[in-house]
Amino acid sequence: MVTDVLNGETVIVSVRNLNFFYGRVQALFDVGMDIPARRVTALIGPSGCGKSTFLRTLNRMNDIIEGAHAEGMVTIDGEDIYRPEADVVALRKKVGMVFQKSNPFPKSIFDNVAYGPRLFGIKGHDALQEIVERSLKQAALWEEVKQRLDKNALDLSGGQQQRLCIARALAVDPEIVLMDEPASALDPRSTAHIEDLIAELRKNYTIVIVTHNMQQAARISDYTGFFYEGHLIEFDVTKTIFTKPGKKQTEDYITGRFG
Amino acid sequence: MKPRRRHDAVWFWAIRIIAYSTVAVTGYIIFDIIRHGLPAIDWSFLTEYPRRGGAAGGIFPAIIGTLLLVIGTIAVALPLGMATAVYLSEYARRNRYTEIVRMAIITLAGVPSIVYGLFGLGLFVLFLHMGASILAGSLTLACMTLPTIIVSSEEALRAVPMSLREGSLALGATKWETIYKNVLPHAVPGMLTGSILGIGRAAGETAPILLTVAAFYLPNLPRSIFDQVMALPYHLYVLATQHPNAEQIRPMQYGTAFVLLALVLIVNAAAIWLRIRIRRSQRW
Repeated sequence: MVTDVLNGETVIVSVRNLNFFYGRVQALFDVGMDIPARRVTALIGPSGCGKSTFLRTLNRMNDIIEGAHAEGMVTIDGEDIYRPEADVVALRKKVGMVFQKSNPFPKSIFDNVAYGPRLFGIKGHDALQEIVERSLKQAALWEEVKQRLDKNALDLSGGQQQRLCIARALAVDPEIVLMDEPASALDPRSTAHIEDLIAELRKNYTIVIVTHNMQQAARISDYTGFFYEGHLIEFDVTKTIFTKPGKKQTEDYITGRFG
Repeated sequence: MKPRRRHDAVWFWAIRIIAYSTVAVTGYIIFDIIRHGLPAIDWSFLTEYPRRGGAAGGIFPAIIGTLLLVIGTIAVALPLGMATAVYLSEYARRNRYTEIVRMAIITLAGVPSIVYGLFGLGLFVLFLHMGASILAGSLTLACMTLPTIIVSSEEALRAVPMSLREGSLALGATKWETIYKNVLPHAVPGMLTGSILGIGRAAGETAPILLTVAAFYLPNLPRSIFDQVMALPYHLYVLATQHPNAEQIRPMQYGTAFVLLALVLIVNAAAIWLRIRIRRSQRW
C-alpha cells in the first residue's frame, strides 16, 4: 500500500511489503512507503508501534539484533539494500544515524568526528581537521568547541553531545540521516537547537526522524507517517496529517484520544 | 528499644562480626608469615642457591623459576583467553552450542589443581614429548588460568555499553573495526585486571607444576623453555614435607612463604592499581 502523495518529489528510499520479525514476534506488517530526497520525513506513533524498528531497517541496524529478520524490499537510490550481496558497510556510510541517547565515544571531540573518515582511509591531520571543522560547523557546534577539540567528548552538555553525534554522522558524508528521537532526552533549549539544525540540514540531506512529540513533527517535517501496532496507517504531507487526516486512528492519535 | 529495632541491631552486629572475621583470618596469616618470614630475608637469601637440601643458602633459582612460569603462563593464557572472550561476547550467538562452551569454562574453573597437573603430565609432558619443562608447566598453568581470564574478560567486554558498538557500526565500521577500535580499548584494562588476579593465583599453585616442570634442586638456571626449573610453591612444599629436621629449617620455610606471598601481593596490587585507573577514566 503506497499512496502517491509526493507530487513529483524525487524518491530516495522506497519500501515495499516490508515485514519485520524479532524472532517469532512480528513488529512490522506489510509497510510500504516512499521517502522523498532532501525533505524531512517524520515517523510518529505510540510507543512500540514499530516506528523505530522501521527506521532501523533503513540502515540495517536491526541486523545486530539476534534472531531479527526482515522480509520485503527496501531500495535506496534504486538498490535493494537487503539483497544477499548488499554491502552493509557502504549502506551505513550512505545512511547515517543519530540515536535517541547521545552516544559520543569516550574520546576527544576531534577523534569522535574523525572516527568515520578514518575508517574510510582518510589520514593526515590537515585532511581530517578540515572534515572535523566542516562537520562541526554543519552541526552548529563549531563555535562552542573549536578551542577544545582535544577535550573528552563526555565533558560536553547533553545537547552538545547530541550535536556532536550529528557532526560525527555527517563526517562520513551520508545522503540520508536517520534520527531516532534525537531530542527526547534534551531540555527545551537544546531541543530547539536540534530542530533549527534539522531545518538547516534539510537543504543537503534527506532526514527521517522518529519522534513521539507531535508538535515537533508538525514543526519540522515535510511529510509524516503514522504507525500503529506495526502498520503504517497513514503517510501524507505533514500539514494534511495534522489538519485533515484520512484515517480515524490518525485523527484519534494526533488529537490525543489515545497513545 | 522496640523488639523490631533490637532484632535489626542483632543481625547487623552478627553480619559485621562475620565480615570482620574474614579480615582477621587473612590478617593473621599475613601477620604470621611476616613475623617469622621477614627475619629470614636478606640479600643472600634472595640471591643464593639453596645448600644442604634447602637448610641453608637462598632461594634464588626458585624465584627466577616462578617468574619464568608466570611469564610463560601470561604469554599462553592471555591471548587465548582474551580471544575466547571476544568470540563469546561479540561473535557467538546465544544457542545450545555456546551454552555448552560456557558450561565447559565454568566446569574448568572448578577442576581441582592436581587434576590439571595430571592432565599436563599426560598431554604435554608425555604425549607431546615436551618432558618436564617450562613449556609444559606454563601450558598447564595456562589451562588452569584460562577460565578466570575468559570469564573476567567477558565481563569487561559486556561492561562496554552497546551504544558504543551501535555508534561505530552506524558510521560504517565493520564488526571487527568496531571491536578493535571502539570496544577493546575500553575493555582491555578490565580484562587485564581479572586476568592478573587469575595469574597471581596460578603463580602460587603447587599441584599443576609438581608433575610438569618443578625440580627439587637444580644447580643452575634454565637455558631454554625445555628445561626444568625450581619454583617457589614447590620449594616450600619440599621444605615443609621432605626435610628430616623440620624445626631447623623453619626460618627457610617462612622466608620462602614470605617471598611467594609478597610476589602474589605485588601482582594483585598491580591489578588493583589498574582497576582504580579504569574507574577514573571510565565515565559512561
